[in-house]
Amino acid sequence: MANSMKDTYEPYVTEDGRQIGGVLMEMKNITLRFGGVVAIKDISFDIREGEVRAIIGPNGAGKSSMLNVISGFYNPQEGEVFYKGEKRPPMRPYQVARLGIARTFQNIALFDGMSVLDNIMTGRLNHMKAGMWKQAIWKGAAEREETENREAVEKVIDFLEIQAIRKTPVGRLPYGLKKRVELARALAAEPSLLLLDEPMAGMNVEEKEDMSRFILDVNDEFGTTIALIEHDMGVVMDLSDRVVVMDYGKKIGDGTPDEVRNNQDVIDAYLGVSHD
Amino acid sequence: MPTEFLYGVEVVLNGLMAGVLYALVALGFVLIFKASGIFNYAQGVLALFAALTLVGIMEGQVPFAHLINAIFGTEIHHFGWHVPAVLAILLTAAVMVLLAWCVHNFVFRHLVGQEPIILFMATIGLAYFLEGVGDLMWGSNIKTLDVGLPQGASFWLEENTAFLGGEEFYGFFIDKLDMVATLVAVLLVIALVLFSQYTKQGRAMRAVADDHQAALSVGISLNFIWVLVWSLAGFVALVAGIMWGAKSGVQFSLSLIALKALPVLMLGGFTSIPGAIVGGLIIGVGEKLFEFLIGAPYLGGATENWFAYVLALIFLVFRPQGLFGEKIIERV
Ligand SMILES: Nc1ncnc2c1ncn2[C@@H]1O[C@H](COP(=O)(O)OP(=O)(O)OP(=O)(O)O)[C@@H](O)[C@H]1O
Ligand SMILES: [Mg+2]
Repeated sequence: MANSMKDTYEPYVTEDGRQIGGVLMEMKNITLRFGGVVAIKDISFDIREGEVRAIIGPNGAGKSSMLNVISGFYNPQEGEVFYKGEKRPPMRPYQVARLGIARTFQNIALFDGMSVLDNIMTGRLNHMKAGMWKQAIWKGAAEREETENREAVEKVIDFLEIQAIRKTPVGRLPYGLKKRVELARALAAEPSLLLLDEPMAGMNVEEKEDMSRFILDVNDEFGTTIALIEHDMGVVMDLSDRVVVMDYGKKIGDGTPDEVRNNQDVIDAYLGVSHD
Repeated sequence: MPTEFLYGVEVVLNGLMAGVLYALVALGFVLIFKASGIFNYAQGVLALFAALTLVGIMEGQVPFAHLINAIFGTEIHHFGWHVPAVLAILLTAAVMVLLAWCVHNFVFRHLVGQEPIILFMATIGLAYFLEGVGDLMWGSNIKTLDVGLPQGASFWLEENTAFLGGEEFYGFFIDKLDMVATLVAVLLVIALVLFSQYTKQGRAMRAVADDHQAALSVGISLNFIWVLVWSLAGFVALVAGIMWGAKSGVQFSLSLIALKALPVLMLGGFTSIPGAIVGGLIIGVGEKLFEFLIGAPYLGGATENWFAYVLALIFLVFRPQGLFGEKIIERV
């Protein structure tokens, strides 16, 4: 496995002109067990500022578990997590979210009873500062804040081209649009790190193309760092700057798409060569 | 207008007032059930506990006086002061927040993710525990609660409506306390709706009610929200406790109004705030009207004890999702 970029953390500019900075998030020797099942075995990798980092691997490899560790839904038994250069203590998911890490779920977790607009608005909760007493007493401040948040939400809605469904209850939307609304809610938080668990799973070709474009645009226009899990190899190769490959809880590859594609362990894992 | 009809109207008005109280208790149920899936059997006891605490604080009673006296051989019962009603209500509200915090952190926090039946059992335990604590803290004698609300029939209303009927109609007979209770309940519901629609915490509360995982991912602390909903349920219970206590005295039978909330919930649905309100009003009006039209003349009266349950049963058979619930469609 080539270590071309791992040796140097100097900021650089990609071929398509995006800025990649220093390490934003670093996972060190993470091990996660569920009873007897070891979902993640001693994995280390990092995510650099401004990059699109993919996590790939066969079913059950531990990809979602890794994303859940990053977002605080699971706490690993061993290992350390560094965020923005500081060691992060074990945290609850809501605390991680407040650090500016937003996510979507493999199985979509939306507020089905709320409209698209209200769903996306919940993404702004961390930006609503005025407490309830201030809101009750000082109407001006609350209104100004509400306007700001609405504007941010409208921007996301325009960006993801979902104006037509703003008032629709989310429960009634088709699958592809739900995925898009979930992305919108995550974006509304203006995260510094965006985690996407299979954002294109179950979509048709056209929807996949749209979603790919949105992900690239988010990264490009807002400079948002993105870590995503994806099964479609073509998509991964197109989107990501670097790829982590997992299999049976272990990391078997890490590098640029080209490096990973030519890695023998990775080829074996995907061709189903037996493990010993 | 025929006198019979006017008396019927009066019955409906009185039923509405009674329904307000049922609605308040049901509202407390709905708040907790929506946010945490806990069917809170203790909601009625919460109202009792709030009323007991309010009286105790107003009268300057020493909490746990019996216990203290038994252990230390002292004879203290009262601090010797009286606390004004408004201040006492605020203090009681604070006690309800503290209680909410304890209930969540000592009990339900440890039961997150358990089967609904286990949560329900825990609330039964909580109900009896709270009843015992209320007894131990403030004593079990019947207390009068006088927070200065107007009492008695409204003569103004009686005099000014008498002209509607003939010789035998003396005007609508409605208790002033009931009118105030209705007004307060309406204000409370408006405040709750504004809170849940327009404040950060209210939005977070709705989010938690809808999906826990999604709520966590946008940075909402579930524990905070659960303490919040138990506190809100505590406030609603306090209001219900004040109304009921002012009307019939603070006594342990107060916790039984929780049982009247059950048919209300079956009508209104367990997750709908408007459902709780409309359901409460329907039960209130229904049982009074049924007694007036059918119960008293043909069935020997006292139908108010069972009417609500039978109505709920009929609803269960024909519209199990309640008035406002979405139609339940079996997925195959
Ligand atoms: N909450 C949990 N409790 C118990 N075991 C779990 C839990 N979450 C994941 N696992 C186990 O950990 C292993 C890795 O699962 P994970 O969901 O991370 O895989 P994945 O790579 O995301 O797979 P997929 O591509 O199917 O989504 C599996 O064996 C799974 O059964
Ligand atoms: Mg997965």
